[in-house]
Amino acid sequence: MAASLRADWEMVVGLEVHVQLRTRSKAFCACSCEYGAPPNVNTCPVCLALPGALPVLNGRAVELATRAALALNCTVHPVSVFARKNYFYPDLPKGYQISQFDKPLATDGYVEIARSDASPMRVGVTRLHMEEDAGKSIHDRFPGATAIDLNRSGVPLIEIVSEPDMRSAEEAGAYLRVLKQILEYLDVSDVSMEEGSLRVDANVSARRRGAAKLGTKTEVKNMNSFSGVERALEVEFVRQVGVLASGGTVQQQTMLWDAGAGEVRPSRTKEGSHDYRYFPEPDLPPLVLADEWIDRVRHDLPELPADRRRRFATDYKLGEYDVNVLTASSRVSDYYEAVARAHRDPKVAANWVMGEVLAQLKGSAADIDTFRVRPQDLAGLLDLMRDGVLSHTAAKQVFAGMVATGDPAAQIAEREGLVKVDDDAQLAAWLDEVIGELPTEAERFRAGEKKLQGVLIGAVMKKSKGRADPRKLNQLLAARLGS
Amino acid sequence: MTEPIPTGTAASLQEHTASGRTTTAATVDSALARARDVNAGREGLNIFVALDDSYLQDHATVSATQLTDTEPGLLLGVPVAIKDNIATLHHPTTCGSLILGGYVSPYEATVVRRLREAGAVPFGKTNMDEFAMGSSTENSAYGPTRNPPAPDRVPGGSSGGSAAAVAAGIVPIALGSETGGSVRQPAAFCGIVGVKPTYGRVSRFGLVAFASSLDQVGVFGATVDDAARGLRTIAGHDPLDSTSALLDVPDYHLAHRRSVKGMVIGRPKEYFPESLDPRMRARLDVALEHLRELGAEIRDVSLPHTGLAIPVYYIVAPAEASSNLARFDGVRYGLRIGGDGLKGMYEATRSKGFGPEVTRRIMLGTYVLSAGYYDAYYRKAQRVRTLIADDFSRVFASGVDVLFTPTTPTPAFPIGAISDPYEMYMSDIFTATANLAGVPAMSQPIGRVGGLPVGGQLLAAHFQEEKMFSVAYALERALGVGASS
Repeated sequence: MAASLRADWEMVVGLEVHVQLRTRSKAFCACSCEYGAPPNVNTCPVCLALPGALPVLNGRAVELATRAALALNCTVHPVSVFARKNYFYPDLPKGYQISQFDKPLATDGYVEIARSDASPMRVGVTRLHMEEDAGKSIHDRFPGATAIDLNRSGVPLIEIVSEPDMRSAEEAGAYLRVLKQILEYLDVSDVSMEEGSLRVDANVSARRRGAAKLGTKTEVKNMNSFSGVERALEVEFVRQVGVLASGGTVQQQTMLWDAGAGEVRPSRTKEGSHDYRYFPEPDLPPLVLADEWIDRVRHDLPELPADRRRRFATDYKLGEYDVNVLTASSRVSDYYEAVARAHRDPKVAANWVMGEVLAQLKGSAADIDTFRVRPQDLAGLLDLMRDGVLSHTAAKQVFAGMVATGDPAAQIAEREGLVKVDDDAQLAAWLDEVIGELPTEAERFRAGEKKLQGVLIGAVMKKSKGRADPRKLNQLLAARLGS
Repeated sequence: MTEPIPTGTAASLQEHTASGRTTTAATVDSALARARDVNAGREGLNIFVALDDSYLQDHATVSATQLTDTEPGLLLGVPVAIKDNIATLHHPTTCGSLILGGYVSPYEATVVRRLREAGAVPFGKTNMDEFAMGSSTENSAYGPTRNPPAPDRVPGGSSGGSAAAVAAGIVPIALGSETGGSVRQPAAFCGIVGVKPTYGRVSRFGLVAFASSLDQVGVFGATVDDAARGLRTIAGHDPLDSTSALLDVPDYHLAHRRSVKGMVIGRPKEYFPESLDPRMRARLDVALEHLRELGAEIRDVSLPHTGLAIPVYYIVAPAEASSNLARFDGVRYGLRIGGDGLKGMYEATRSKGFGPEVTRRIMLGTYVLSAGYYDAYYRKAQRVRTLIADDFSRVFASGVDVLFTPTTPTPAFPIGAISDPYEMYMSDIFTATANLAGVPAMSQPIGRVGGLPVGGQLLAAHFQEEKMFSVAYALERALGVGASS
């Protein structure tokens, strides 16, 4: 986009994020929320909307939603009300979605993000409410027919609606990344866009810089990654500015992002034609949360990413880069912290977690829970290295063995004969052999040709298969052939 | 006129079954015979929409043997007819509608399970106004049910089939459902007892929803005791219904032990308008005089917002219905009629599947919930509903134990006599208030007017069904069982 356009026009973005809560059972029945089950296996009279079935609220879902609301600095309301959002669609079995409307669980929060110049800014969270997911319509499985899978029907969601506070695609991306990180720390969701446990709809408008009034917005849907959101916003903004700059008006409508073509297209469903006829859900009493209960959830909140970053920098004296890498996911940071606490040298622990461990996980932080090398075992390995039992080279070999077998470091080092040899008699014996095998070099070294030390020590190391303690060996060599 | 043949009360059937003097199978056989009997000929009552003889006979045998080792259930060996909008396992659950033609529920309602656990035999499915929308049982895909004491007349509705099953002497107890009087009004029309419990007293799980905030399963009994035993069996908290109350259930069938002496019976003037048929008024006065003689204090009271009940009801109930009935879309079960695309299928299915009264109420409800109309109609109606509930709270807080009123303004009307929907709606004028306020209410026979049964209505404060039953037992003793028969 031409720089002049950007100088004249401003993008205004608000985001609606749907997050699937990590509960074992659905929001209003006991069916499993398991992802990827065969179609319609996880269903019952309630989530199939059979005649006479009634919803019963999942308490765990309320707890997770409350946790998220508190972490996003929202006011959690002691009384909130479920409402029916009425519309007809084949994958919406009741003909309405149980959601919350004029009395949501929580309102008036914010998320702190960094602008591209690293200055901090707050993005307001208008509201956070609970609702249930619909099923899935599958249009490409049976020619000429649509198949319905209701496994997802009734799965608990929260919708997090932001204020239109973001002014660029990068800010929108930053908001989403911070939000995702917070939700991951809270352990309330899998936050996976691929599996659909995190979905983003973007409201975007353009206005002339300096204008007070917001322009007409469009809603952009169908993005399947954060970078997709950023690209879609950019493309839609350029489209809108094109319309406005040529004297046209932006139509309020839903646009669908086509990632392959890099285009946005108007959705066929007409915006404004929906009247959802919201009214309070009579099958569920108002959700009443005791202050003490809310306080307990607040008290039990885990440490959030910003706090953890601060603490890691202070407690472990780590640089900004290390802190950011190690706190990117709560699981990795928990792992790191366990290693650092057990081993007591936080810098060495950081190097190993960031280097060897993350390399093994290939960047997939979720797998750290099943990673064979548990933190205390890694700390044990680092202890052996610090205590001089293992050389750095040997330690890497032992680590490979730990990844493969899950055995503790000491056991592998012993088994594979990698323990450093610092026994004087053994070292002296090897040194004697080497002096016998390389009499000329030994004599020249004794005569003062110090550069030959490397040759002699190298020969001993070879003989010891790398196990000889180099520090002791040097002392011994100096004592034997020292001038 | 079909003369009722007494099947015996629930209490005597239970005792006889437990002691081995009769068997469940024999009881079921005679009930089936009676059902066949009253359905025969040109004046057949058309009570049941589903009644599988051989299934019931097999089932009866099983339930009797199952229970030989245990404490006999409160309804051991008692056949109980079930309204067609309550989910049962074998018989279809169609709500008297084409849209659910042949639909068999894969699960059963909590109330039906509780009946079975108490030794009762769920006895077929009874006719009703489609989706419980109506006051005459004429709005049924299966045709109208006749009133057993007056076969040219309606049995009332919407639970007309269940009321008729009891009135015709087929079963001593039947389940109905109430949204605005659908148990009490047919009980009054048929000369039997009908109870609408407090909202939340009985689980709605398995009751096909009409208007969720008003719906409640109700009980018909040939006698007050039958109704009390029926309610005792089905009442109580159900974790599957979030609106069911976490309260213990008293033994309603022991309420007869309590005297009405010293009780305060309120007589709300709004239920005794100038226009009330003097013959009806006379029957009510006789009943009140009996209660006075028994030591009750009769006190004139006022429930000033009573006149707003029908307009409020016809906003709230259709609004909820328009949403509750959205699930009947032809996608997963019930009727499906193909059309042009998805919308065409919806339109064809729902146009053919729903009758005119259901269609009217869905349209009404959709309208009052629409953007721009919500505040003017639905929100305002909910506010007025609170005023109606406050009327009751105030009266009961002032020391009134039970209110006594007519159940209906008139006795049963002839089949086909009322074609104006609004006139039909007015037949619920004395009953809809209890649903809007959530308070318990019941109707019991207090005699006849013009040869037709009429009912007196008792209302109590939330969860005070016991007081209501105490008065009903006393009044029944004074007037004689089946005072209207």
